[in-house]
Amino acid sequence: MRLLIIEDDRESADYLVKAFREVGYIADLADDGEEGLSMAESGDYDVLVVDRMLPKRDGLSLIGTLREKGNRTPVLILSALGQVDDRIKGLRAGGDDYLPKPYSFAELLARVEVLSRRNVGPAEETVYRVGDLELDRLSHRVARGKDELTLQPREFRLLEYLMKHAGQVVTRTMLLENVWDYHFDPQTNVIDVHISRLRSKIDKGFERPLLHTIRGAGYMIRDGIR
Amino acid sequence: MTAFGKLIRTTAFRLTLVYLFLFALFAASLLGYFAWNTRRLITEQITSTVNAEVGEVTEIYNRRGLRGLVFTIGNRALRPGANLYLVTAPNGQAIAGNVGSLAPGVMGIEGWTETAYRRLDDNDNTDHRALVRVTEMTNGFRLLIGRDLEERRRLFGIVAKAAQWSILVVVVLGIGGGIFVARRVLQRIDAMTGTAQRIMAGDLSDRLPVGRSGDELDRLAENLNAMLERIEALMTGLKEVSDNIAHDLKTPLTRLRNRAEEALARAGSEAGYRAALERTIEESDGLIRTFNALLMIARAESGQARGNMDDFDAAEVAAGIHELYEPLAEDGGMSLHVVTGPSPLHGNRELISQALANLVENAIKYGKPVVQPIDPEAAAAAKEILIEARREDDSVLLSVADHGPGIPEADRKHVVERFVRLEASRTLPGSGLGLSLASAVATLHGGELRLGDADPGLIATLVLPARAGAADRLAGQTQDVPQKAA
Repeated sequence: MRLLIIEDDRESADYLVKAFREVGYIADLADDGEEGLSMAESGDYDVLVVDRMLPKRDGLSLIGTLREKGNRTPVLILSALGQVDDRIKGLRAGGDDYLPKPYSFAELLARVEVLSRRNVGPAEETVYRVGDLELDRLSHRVARGKDELTLQPREFRLLEYLMKHAGQVVTRTMLLENVWDYHFDPQTNVIDVHISRLRSKIDKGFERPLLHTIRGAGYMIRDGIR
Repeated sequence: MTAFGKLIRTTAFRLTLVYLFLFALFAASLLGYFAWNTRRLITEQITSTVNAEVGEVTEIYNRRGLRGLVFTIGNRALRPGANLYLVTAPNGQAIAGNVGSLAPGVMGIEGWTETAYRRLDDNDNTDHRALVRVTEMTNGFRLLIGRDLEERRRLFGIVAKAAQWSILVVVVLGIGGGIFVARRVLQRIDAMTGTAQRIMAGDLSDRLPVGRSGDELDRLAENLNAMLERIEALMTGLKEVSDNIAHDLKTPLTRLRNRAEEALARAGSEAGYRAALERTIEESDGLIRTFNALLMIARAESGQARGNMDDFDAAEVAAGIHELYEPLAEDGGMSLHVVTGPSPLHGNRELISQALANLVENAIKYGKPVVQPIDPEAAAAAKEILIEARREDDSVLLSVADHGPGIPEADRKHVVERFVRLEASRTLPGSGLGLSLASAVATLHGGELRLGDADPGLIATLVLPARAGAADRLAGQTQDVPQKAA
């Protein structure tokens, strides 16, 4: 995967480039808005990570210009402005996701991976399959092997989101945002409780667990390994 | 600026000047009208008298000829008074009358003329003015009858004098009054300015002087004082908050630092370092959360979040939060229920959801019953947490009730403040910002957070103004019966 990081703070930019390279991605760096725009236009990137406040041209205007020219590369906005209305402003300008600073690299990585597969992935299939777990989005039927599973509506949506991003790490914040549509930060482990309920329904009594906890990051549904 | 310069720049003084000008104009026009009308009246009187006399004399002439005319004029000319008579022969020579000399050519113009003249019996050599009528008789004889205008001139003089004096008096009194009023106002304004400068210099406890007259300046001073009162209260509050923030952020920072130091000094193994680093990340995540909550409160309090308001039903928010927290409550040995009726709101859905979430989190954390009832039914009821959304008159009430220890009445005002945590809860994790945020969100929407007694337990209610005009639309809905969802 090819990434372009547009960030003017040298230290955090270097950290990001290094961290992304360590997980095996190609990461390029632009340190002002103009350079970022021309690199984003010429290069063939899978995801752009754009800081909101940049010298020469600010992040939102950069995204707006790209979108006007028909460039649909997914964009993740990084910003020190983390409030609800700032996020809405960022998404309206053409951003695909918004992550307030300070963030953890695990959170950023998970979001970038989800964004990068938005273009190619199996997102709009009607039936999701992971191992012997099957979810039919139209009939709302969930089955593991031969067993039919009964899920609450919210559990269904939670599983649907996890299976849509099967094989990818999904963080707690991403779940809260995408399954519940809340953008605040609960002080308690609400999401973990929901996950453990879901887990007891889909994994309990089966030999191979599918829903895994990824330490320090979030959750992932996948078949294989362990 | 000189004192005088300052004085004439005051609004009071300028207003006085305007009024002065208006009054002078009024006096002048009044007197002018009076003078003009008097003059007209006198002139009319003169003309009618003269006309009558001309008629009389003409008749005498017609009846008794030139001799009769000359005789009559001679007689009348001798009478004392302001009347003027003159009869001239066709060659211009005066035959009878009391006019000594006239401005040249007057006798040639038939009809009314105003002219300078001298009386025959006058010894002084001054000209007088008169209004005269010249009539052509037969045979080229001419008759002049007129009246001296001295009377009219004198009257006019009196009026003119009156005008001068009255304008002078108006100007003197006006300027004097203006200076007096302006100085009075100026003194009070100067006093206010002085106080304001002292306050700006840092003495926030100073107040503007308020007089006893209750006039507009006093009212202004009273309002400014009320404003200062509010500013002072806010400043004090702000100082307390920043002290609290400093204290409550320093504590975890110190912990963070100590751990890092300890790890550096002691942990020799990779696992030890890893554990220390993980705890460090955890601790800084907590700090970030605290910062975010603080920023959110600040934004709600400053009213910046007003941009993102839309229409929604608080019942949906209550149901959503119930759905999110129900498993957590159950894990914590509690049971979470929701009862909703139509509760139309206009506001920031995200913030209200978060405020309600905070209340529910508090209830789950602190709402455990103090004593477990032995009766199983009572024990179940004691573990119940109830979220309720309903409309009451013009308000929407979003409440969370538990059956825990509650909050003593004396502490209820206090717990809403930032970082305040009661003794009993100090050992549990939490930032002490949950109720502050809920309260700030309520205030942002023009409502309030009420803490009451659920007997036993705490009932925390967000009282928010209902969306105006929503009542009619909701009347037709069948949601009036509260739905109980478990």
